[in-house]
Amino acid sequence: MSQPVMISGTMAISEPKKDRWTYLNNVRLHKGPFVAEDFEGTEEAVQQVESAFKVLVIGAGGLGCEILKNLALSGFKCIDVIDMDTIDVSNLNRQFLFRASDVGSSKAEVAAKFVEKRVKGVTITPHNCKIQDKDDDFYMQFNLVVCGLDSVEARRWINSTLVNLVDDNNPDSLKPLIDGGTEGFSGHTRTILPTLTSCIECQLDMHAPRQAVPLCTLATIPRQPEHCIEWAHIIAWEQEHPFPALDNDDPEHITWLYKKALARAEEFKITGVTYSLTQGVVKNIIPAIASTNAIIAASCCNEAFKIATNTNPYLGPEDNYMMYNGTASIYTHTMVHDKKDDCPVCGNLAMDLSVDPNITLEDFIASLAERAESQLKKPSIRADTTLYMQSPPSLEEQTRPNLIKKIGELVGNGDEIGVTDPSLGTVNFKYRLNFSKEFKAVEGTES
Amino acid sequence: MTEVIRTQTPPILHGPSDKEKKYDRQLRLWAASGQQALEEAHILLVNSGIGKFTIADKAIVEEADLGVNFFLDEESLGKPRSEACVKLLQELNPDVKGDWYQLEKDQPLQTLLDQQKFTLLMYSLPIEPETLLTIQNYANENKLPLFSIHSAGFYSAFRIHLPGSFPIVDTHPESTTTPDLRLRTPWKGLSDFAAEITADIDIQEAREHGHIPYVALILHYLIEWKEKHGSIPSEYAEKKEFAKFLAAKARTNNPEGGEENFDEGVASVLKLLHEPKLEGSVKEIFDHEPNGLEAKSSFWIIAGAVKKFYEKHKALPLPGSVPDMKAQSNVYVKLQNIYKAKAREDVAEVLESVRAHPLGKDIPTTEVEVFCKNAAFIKLVNGAGSKTSDVVNIANEEFKSDQMAANNPEFGMRFSLLPIYLALNATCYFASATSSEILATINKIVPEASSNPRLVQAAEEVARAKGGELHNISSLTGGMVAQEIIKIITKQYIPIDNTCIYDGITSRTQIFKI
Repeated sequence: MSQPVMISGTMAISEPKKDRWTYLNNVRLHKGPFVAEDFEGTEEAVQQVESAFKVLVIGAGGLGCEILKNLALSGFKCIDVIDMDTIDVSNLNRQFLFRASDVGSSKAEVAAKFVEKRVKGVTITPHNCKIQDKDDDFYMQFNLVVCGLDSVEARRWINSTLVNLVDDNNPDSLKPLIDGGTEGFSGHTRTILPTLTSCIECQLDMHAPRQAVPLCTLATIPRQPEHCIEWAHIIAWEQEHPFPALDNDDPEHITWLYKKALARAEEFKITGVTYSLTQGVVKNIIPAIASTNAIIAASCCNEAFKIATNTNPYLGPEDNYMMYNGTASIYTHTMVHDKKDDCPVCGNLAMDLSVDPNITLEDFIASLAERAESQLKKPSIRADTTLYMQSPPSLEEQTRPNLIKKIGELVGNGDEIGVTDPSLGTVNFKYRLNFSKEFKAVEGTES
Repeated sequence: MTEVIRTQTPPILHGPSDKEKKYDRQLRLWAASGQQALEEAHILLVNSGIGKFTIADKAIVEEADLGVNFFLDEESLGKPRSEACVKLLQELNPDVKGDWYQLEKDQPLQTLLDQQKFTLLMYSLPIEPETLLTIQNYANENKLPLFSIHSAGFYSAFRIHLPGSFPIVDTHPESTTTPDLRLRTPWKGLSDFAAEITADIDIQEAREHGHIPYVALILHYLIEWKEKHGSIPSEYAEKKEFAKFLAAKARTNNPEGGEENFDEGVASVLKLLHEPKLEGSVKEIFDHEPNGLEAKSSFWIIAGAVKKFYEKHKALPLPGSVPDMKAQSNVYVKLQNIYKAKAREDVAEVLESVRAHPLGKDIPTTEVEVFCKNAAFIKLVNGAGSKTSDVVNIANEEFKSDQMAANNPEFGMRFSLLPIYLALNATCYFASATSSEILATINKIVPEASSNPRLVQAAEEVARAKGGELHNISSLTGGMVAQEIIKIITKQYIPIDNTCIYDGITSRTQIFKI
């Protein structure tokens, strides 16, 4: 096969002709049987969306590439895209705006440039940074946010940021959030109207974290190839420090882990350690294919189009979640997720939590990482006083002695505690602790 | 694309090849065998990441095409749509070959079909009746899968026509599916293992006791239960009782106040004590009478051997995998080997009857192994058990249930998407039609269509689009079609049977066998 043909950029191109959007105009300018009563269907309304409706796309990966293309072909003209990643070879099977020659460049910049060049009249502004680097003013300028992310943490951060932007006196402060996600042949699309409908934090238990393998299994009784890889990753690496810092994308590092894991597997007569599995476990790789991305991205952009143009009812006010599964036939489930009064982001009630008062604060903190509704990796905790703070270092040091104290020593049965994690934005859990056992003040044996 | 993807563990110092890197995220879903099948495919798309594809179209690129198709640009205006689109699509993956064919009066589709070999065909609607007939005949004669796709406004539908029955071995069942561990009917090797490891269970030291794999715990306490109750638990209530009985056997006089291996056993015992029942889809395969051509295929020869095995043992060949469970490494590996050994024994028996078949000599052993491992989940699409229904019958059923939904809004029932299919189908030869024209066409199939409010709405929505596609809806539909093509070509996962309707207004799909 010869080299791909490149399009020359020398042709002088004027604004596209009006015929360009004939098909979009069929629905933008004509009523359908399901449109809301306030549907205008006028050239002015179309103009308004094209000139003033600003969309932010978070993520320029598998979903993000598709989302940018779809928005550009849905009549959106002002688009921003934010992504901190650079292009990797393993992106090329599905992130179709990237070519082999782009490997190493910023995803946001390459994707923006490609779509701008192909669809004339669209402006796409790239931001090659983390979402956390931008402030409220940045997010305030958009009318709608579409997320194509693979990280739960980033979703939680943008969700809490958008919920907190809502000002009851300013209708423009409410920015619909459309979130897509895929894994293999399945995926989801959901629409969040911050403060009005169920938010990402309300639905967090949908994404239960993977059960962590206990350290003692890794250290003494491995049974699965994954246990050997995790051992190499967590224990052997720490002990031997073969390179200054582990870089998941460096094949030399992965090879080192693979060899370690393989040797350990042989020692315990465990089969199945491969390079691909090593990489998969260490990087927590989720299988991804172009077709699923196409489905979910298009579904997200279809919702964005309906919200912006009012051309048909959209997911949000009633049903707000579409689950897609293509592994066995095609199955979709479109439903409503209810808003939770005790949501740590959009609710204000405390959640009941049953806890053994005889465990230490440290163990309690570790359990918060595994609970489906909290999934907090670096939480800070306060009751009447501060129990533990992750930062600043001085406060961490001051509160560290509490870590080895028992819960029963620090709080009483029925007390409320607050749990926060700034890395997730303003997520604030309120838990009412109900003791599951009697508190024994005497020292128990360490497990 | 001649580079071979290794299926075996690479030698120790080798990282993945460039190709493995590029396709890493999808190899995790369908492995090297699936990838190879995709690369060998040649797909024909009429009207509008595979080894090779060809687009046949009669249109010349117009301004409006640029507003819906990302793979056309200003330079494409005035050129054949097939040529311009193939040119830009090729950039996506230089490893894929693309061809185009301009349909003209003196260049009919038949000429292309006579020249090339294809593995799968698709066409999009609306289409001229003559072209449609040519494609259908070609697909029938060559026994090829044929896709028909229709997208207009916020609606779409596609239909797959498979040539005859389509069996799938590698269905990739959900990882949450309960494994078959034979705890109700353990074979001797397994019982012996359990007896040995639990011989002195009551006096074992804490560490040993807390690491007995739950398979052995359950087998041990089933014997105790049987002595007391005469039989092992069958009814749900009995199984619940047994779970309690098992839970009570855990030691609690330790710092943790319990034992993880018992916890794991209690959590899975209800599922593990299920009486083995043949899945409907497997039964369908056993009941299927392969026709002359089918009977010669390795699938049906192996299926026959597995059926014989099942009739003799009242059980399918053992899959041989063991879920992870708390245990010492060497004990767990021993348990794994016991299951693997039994699985190999079962494969050997099936293999023997495969070899005894007049055409069974050259069937690869690995194919028999894979079949036995997946035997409980094999699936037949388009088999005799899944007869197509008449649209009129489906419509009667659907509209009855819609009536119920309308009368009982509190049930939250969703309306049928069949009206969308009927309205789209009314425009399968001519894109643009008024809602009353659409209703009149539907009326010929489903009488009194105009009195059904949901049919009227679907007709109005289709008329509103005037045959124009919305990029999002077509992209989404293209994604679904691509998933189905992958499933059919790799013979992995389960394709739809046979029509999918998508509603971009309520964001739902519905599958019909039409």
